[in-house]
Amino acid sequence: MTEAVVRSTGGLGAGDATVGRVASGELDTAHGVVLYLDDISVSFDGFKALNGLSLAIDAGELRCVIGPNGAGKTTMMDVITGKTRPDTGRAFFGQTIDLTRLSEPEIAQAGIGRKFQKPTIFEHHTVFENLELALKSDKRVRRTLFAKLSAAERDRIADMLRQIRLDDAADRVAGLLSHGQKQWLEIGMLLVQDPRLLLLDEPVAGMSDEETARTAELFLSLAGRHSIVVVEHDMEFVGKIARKVTVLHEGSVLAEGDMETVQANERVIEVYLGR
Amino acid sequence: MGPMTSTFARLYGTKGWFALAIAAALVLLVVPVLALAVPEASPFHLSQYWVTLIGKIMCYAIVALAMDLIWGYCGILSLGHSLFFALGGYAMGMYLMRQIGRQGQYQADLPDFMVFLDWKELPWHWWNSDQFWWAALLVVAVPGLLAYVFGYFAFRSRVKGVYFSIITQALTFAAMLLFFRNETGFGGNNGFTDFKRILGFTIATPETRVALFAITGAMLLATLLAGRYLVTSRFGRVLAAIRDAEQRVMFCGYNPVHYKLAIWTLSAVLCGIAGALYVPQVGIINPSEMSPANSIEIAIWVAVGGRGTLVGAVAGAGLVNGAKSFFTQAFPEYWLYFLGLLFILVTLFLPQGVVGAVGKLSSRSRRAKRT
Repeated sequence: MTEAVVRSTGGLGAGDATVGRVASGELDTAHGVVLYLDDISVSFDGFKALNGLSLAIDAGELRCVIGPNGAGKTTMMDVITGKTRPDTGRAFFGQTIDLTRLSEPEIAQAGIGRKFQKPTIFEHHTVFENLELALKSDKRVRRTLFAKLSAAERDRIADMLRQIRLDDAADRVAGLLSHGQKQWLEIGMLLVQDPRLLLLDEPVAGMSDEETARTAELFLSLAGRHSIVVVEHDMEFVGKIARKVTVLHEGSVLAEGDMETVQANERVIEVYLGR
Repeated sequence: MGPMTSTFARLYGTKGWFALAIAAALVLLVVPVLALAVPEASPFHLSQYWVTLIGKIMCYAIVALAMDLIWGYCGILSLGHSLFFALGGYAMGMYLMRQIGRQGQYQADLPDFMVFLDWKELPWHWWNSDQFWWAALLVVAVPGLLAYVFGYFAFRSRVKGVYFSIITQALTFAAMLLFFRNETGFGGNNGFTDFKRILGFTIATPETRVALFAITGAMLLATLLAGRYLVTSRFGRVLAAIRDAEQRVMFCGYNPVHYKLAIWTLSAVLCGIAGALYVPQVGIINPSEMSPANSIEIAIWVAVGGRGTLVGAVAGAGLVNGAKSFFTQAFPEYWLYFLGLLFILVTLFLPQGVVGAVGKLSSRSRRAKRT
């Protein structure tokens, strides 16, 4: 399992084995865990957004995180991606990378990709340029001054354009895409970074039923190669893709298990139905 | 196609290179001939007034390019760029003051204002100021270092938007007050003037003036090309991405601080060079060059010409300053009203500036022709 993850991600980044400051080493997922949050607490002006949150994501796993508003889902993503520092607790990526010590770009280079709730793409760049900028490569200033796309990199972008069904729109300015297409472009931008872990915040919000179905298909095909954490309100979508669901409530884990177990859990019913 | 030719093709198309070649010929050939070889009686003779005026505006155009790189492409509005311009000017001015030698009013070894203040020797920061290479080094290093240190702290602390603009405005204002003081050793509110020579050549001769003009023109074209190289590189695309969605840039693995710092420092250095070219042509540098209003004017040039297009920045600097020299002679009291009105009109009706509007018109007429 672990072997497979390492090999497949290595293969995708063909041509540039050592890039960036953090990403050069292979991620150590020796114990099968890619992300490990231990007793994380974060408070904003006395409000406890996260309260002793502990969570472990296995390599290659697809995990859904649900919870009512204010449960701490977004804050959890902020902690993992370095945007927010926890007051207490530990956050590890693999066995060795301490996420609480790295900046956002360093965490991205280490192999964590994040999709925002609102599609965040470069609206004035073309679809192709969006993928070019996201592509796994040396992202230091002096490299980008003289950077040229290699044939392998062009192929990688072309493959991704096909996968996210934007191959006809490669030269279109990204701001002109439909909402669903923007969501897909953002997902494509994450994938060309070859992340080990993908954090997706409401990836199907605003998508048509058909787009939602295709997105579910895409995520299922990615699981195994990447570890994926999806935060979602759309329970139907969660039901389609989830093998394991984590329910957050008031900043900590309320329940965890497969969809049926979680849905049958009395405390979950209480929180969701407000009894 | 070799790597060189593909780089050329990336920068400009055939028409663009042709226009650049014409500009280069004008600056390096036509103007020198009209100013030096054509006799003064001829209607084709170009007087020193025009050579100096156009030379001055070309210095401003370099500043506008520097401003466009940081504001138009990276979304960082500096309201302190006149500081970097003035620092480059002062660095050159110190050298020019030393070149006066004993030809000043007091016929002393020290610059006149120091004699007037009854100073006996040069202050420490005038060390080596009689060497041109040292002046040239300061022209680049002082604005560059100040921008780097200031930018490092500002960008690392994620100071953005209006807050950044206000701090830069405060910075140039503070520097102006400092330079107004006699004790600072930069000639107080009179600054430096009465320059005689540069590199041994008498500044007032037509030949020296035309040479300064041509050097300025060459520098402007070089800046335009270098800027074009930057904004069409991946580096430039990262800059524009920072402008549009900085969060996403960070989560793509780029550190925006390094990118901002690089373009910010380069922008300051370009301003310094422009200031150094400006001072010998205009013949004076004083602290009013650092006034906050001057910095705001730079932003207006770029807004009028068109943010995010390098040619627009050059055009804006030319248009506004051309209008300025006309107005300040014809109706001096109305210039500021006109400038204010221009800014409001451009903001309301030409959000992409003159160049953006021209581009839109020509693409519309092309479409009309096709149908």
